Amino acid sequence: MNKTIRTTTLAFAASALTLTAFAAPANAQRDPAYAAARSAGTIGEQVDGYLGIVGAPTPSLQRLVDDINIKRRAVYARKAQENSATLEEYALTAGCQAILRTVPGEKYQAPDRTWKTRTGAPPERDARCP
Amino acid sequence: MTLPKLTLPAGFAKDVDQWRNAKKGGAMRQKTGWAMAIALGLSGGLSGCINIDAPEEPIVIELNINIRQEVIYRLAEDANETIEENADIF
Repeated sequence: MNKTIRTTTLAFAASALTLTAFAAPANAQRDPAYAAARSAGTIGEQVDGYLGIVGAPTPSLQRLVDDINIKRRAVYARKAQENSATLEEYALTAGCQAILRTVPGEKYQAPDRTWKTRTGAPPERDARCP
Repeated sequence: MTLPKLTLPAGFAKDVDQWRNAKKGGAMRQKTGWAMAIALGLSGGLSGCINIDAPEEPIVIELNINIRQEVIYRLAEDANETIEENADIF
């Protein structure tokens, strides 16, 4: 009896570990360089659903932004197809949400394409944003 | 109002006379109005050509403006989930 319980517990622990291992990539956190650039306001969320460089571009910032934007585009393309929408429609919607999710101090693009710093107040977004 | 002198079919002249004699408003006036518009259009078509040249600048269609709010509303919830599922790139 005791042995059975131990085996079951082990099986549960093993499956939990497996689940964690599989779930990890999906819930992975931002790369430290990305997180730092966001907090510093050198990059910001654009209205089109992609990242942009706020000030003067540097090769490393450009690489960082390009890398993430390529990944975002791939996700948008897949999700757009799943939802029978266009890539641009999905990207713009994600942009609405990504801007809404910025925290005070981070940069985002206002509908007039100027960079704004997020405050405690709601961000200025496209009139079509939900 | 003076109209340019036009050579018009006989039926048209009759219509114009009817229009002149008609009282203000009424279906007849509307009908002759159409006849007049068609006649003017025909005479314009016969008297000359309009040349339209293609613009030198390429025609740019801004697709962004065609994205409708209802589409964004439909996708909003899914986009939110996508952002949460891909927290490393958002």
